[in-house]
Amino acid sequence: MSEILEALLGLGDKLAAHVLLAASALALGITVALPLAVWASRSPRVAKVVLGFASLVQTIPALALLALFFPILLSLRAVFGGGLPTLGFLPALLALALYALLPILRNSVTAREHMAAGVLEAADGVGMTGWQKLRLVEAPLAAPYIMAGIRTAAVWTIGAATLSTTIGQPSLGDPIFAGLQTQNWALVLAGCIGSAGLAIVADTLLGAVERGFAERKRLLVWGGIAIAALGVALSAYSLRSQDEDAIVIGAKSFSEQYVLAQLVGQRLKAAGYNVEYRDGLGSAVVHNAVTTSEIDISFDYTGTVWTNQLKRDDNPGREEIYQTIVDWERETTGTLVLGRLGFENAYALAMRQDRAAGLGIETMDDLARLSPQLTIGGDVEFFERPEWIAVRDAYGLNFARTRNFTTTFMYDALTGGEADVISAYTSDGRVAADKLVIINDTKGAFPSYDALVMISPESSKDAKLIAALEPLIGAIDVEAMREANFAVDRLEGKKSPRDAARDLAEKLGL
Amino acid sequence: MSNAASPPALSFRETRKIFGDVVAVDSISLDIADGSFVALVGQSGSGKSTLLKTINRLVEPDDGSVLLDGEDVRTAFAPELRRKIGYVFQGIGLFPHMSVAENIGIGPRIAGGKLPSERIVELLEGVDLNRSYATRMPHELSGGQRQRIGVARALAADPHVLLMDEPFGALDPITRDALGNRVRALHERLGLTTVMVTHDMAEALLLADRVLVMESGCIVADNTPKELLAGEGGEIAQGLVSVPRDQAKALAGLTS
Repeated sequence: MSEILEALLGLGDKLAAHVLLAASALALGITVALPLAVWASRSPRVAKVVLGFASLVQTIPALALLALFFPILLSLRAVFGGGLPTLGFLPALLALALYALLPILRNSVTAREHMAAGVLEAADGVGMTGWQKLRLVEAPLAAPYIMAGIRTAAVWTIGAATLSTTIGQPSLGDPIFAGLQTQNWALVLAGCIGSAGLAIVADTLLGAVERGFAERKRLLVWGGIAIAALGVALSAYSLRSQDEDAIVIGAKSFSEQYVLAQLVGQRLKAAGYNVEYRDGLGSAVVHNAVTTSEIDISFDYTGTVWTNQLKRDDNPGREEIYQTIVDWERETTGTLVLGRLGFENAYALAMRQDRAAGLGIETMDDLARLSPQLTIGGDVEFFERPEWIAVRDAYGLNFARTRNFTTTFMYDALTGGEADVISAYTSDGRVAADKLVIINDTKGAFPSYDALVMISPESSKDAKLIAALEPLIGAIDVEAMREANFAVDRLEGKKSPRDAARDLAEKLGL
Repeated sequence: MSNAASPPALSFRETRKIFGDVVAVDSISLDIADGSFVALVGQSGSGKSTLLKTINRLVEPDDGSVLLDGEDVRTAFAPELRRKIGYVFQGIGLFPHMSVAENIGIGPRIAGGKLPSERIVELLEGVDLNRSYATRMPHELSGGQRQRIGVARALAADPHVLLMDEPFGALDPITRDALGNRVRALHERLGLTTVMVTHDMAEALLLADRVLVMESGCIVADNTPKELLAGEGGEIAQGLVSVPRDQAKALAGLTS
């Protein structure tokens, strides 16, 4: 319990960012929905189109909607210029506002449809203009229903805002995603409690406003609005000091990336920089984010860039791949590949030792022969990655079942027997700890995965920053990284990525 | 009351309204004298409500014109025109979020003024309600009380024309009778020109001093109640008159 409490107390910033994001999205949603609702109430055709669109948006999973705004905003840079942010607050705001539209629109339109015909006829009959009718009759009569819609939208928005972590917007999703990756359940629970608590508070306040409208109690209406506004204002105030010039370090959603981000962050802080972290970004988002200077520093792997960005499926050897990537990034994206950290985190297929021995599997060819009887588990993106397709085709792998897990659960699935083979990472501490064997890739079908430090085009001009990071190049061997990763991933006596990074730095004498 | 020298309060000139392929009002021309109480009677779908609503432009004619005090109603801004004309209808349409006083005062309010509270009391008393009703909300009132407020609201801006569309249709017979007489008395006292749409010939005969019978968008009879009771006005009008007459006879038969 005290762990959860401690985690909760550390969430002040995330809560403030969450409140600000959800409130802004809700405000934008209301601003767009209300005029649309008025228009829709004047024209059945508009009502049909508008409600159809809002319903369609609602069918898109929130996670996908958030992710979609990255390419949309990226393409809009052609119109609005390169200054348009593609990650963080703006895409999260737009996606969540779209999400908030439907309940507000639907309730407004329904309220108008169910308004007594006699009352509307009377409004015309006594000589109201269109505007007077809207202000004196339609709006007050629809207000309780619209407020009910706003309430629903608020609860949805607060819930969905936790997903904005994946596109680099700090929120209460940060502890949830980080905790899920590192099996820190106190952190996950703290995030859930924070988000649910916020939703309950918002629902209660807006419920009071709704009741105020329905019972025509002005005090309730203005009291509810005032308290809600105060909460938003306090959140904005607490975030005011955030430094525009801070160096932003991105991390994909697994422990090694969190540790590396902290390691670099600690060095930069020591060098006098302000540092912000964007944890839990999707793999594809990270590359785009650093090449567009949305974040300043990221960590990638040669094999990942090779297949996903250069779209190559050949394997000319480790050095060649690295050099080609350095040149390609410099020429096409202007991003600086600062260097290799010194260890590889390759994809490899792994099995439990006892299971592999029992089936007599040592090489990928052995595995291919038995694959029709086996289940393979992969991380959420593995089966979509070109590396997997290359390996599958090289050995003729044909598994009975494929299952997706988050990284953490993938290892649990293997030890628990829900999968026979998984897509493990060679730098993962759990490979040794769980007594797994790596199936021998005799044909070299998996490319190499040297860990890289990438610096955005903008920050690549910062000589001081580069000087601060250069000592890391070639400094981290795979054993040290594995140990740090395992310190975060293990269930007993686990460390936070920050402490693990500190230990790692100490161990390496950095 | 009406005399030949004063211009008609209302005139229809070839007024025509079509909904789809139904001719609701078929080129009607007639004058309504200042100070008269005219009943427009007909069966459902005869076009009587449509004709009434062309006066305050809740319905815009496709052809012809409507004159109010000799002036085409289309020359005024529709909301301003409606503020000068009292309108009472079956749906009543009290604003549920406003008190009785606010409902009565809505016309002057939207015109940029404010109805003094003594005037609200006066209007309430005009429809036989005491001042305590001013602060009540519509949902606290009975149907009859609501329509009394509807009449008071229609008269708040001192109109000289009062339009009523089936005003008492949803009320119980006793309330209906009382409120009908009340409106007739107000008509006299305020010197109104009143046009009332009703499907009830008995109500028309008892309250109006001129009865227009409509059928399929045309005026088929235009007579005084006395003339209609004497058998004039043609077949359709007499068909409508026969209903209350037969009821009266049957009732008389029961007592003898």
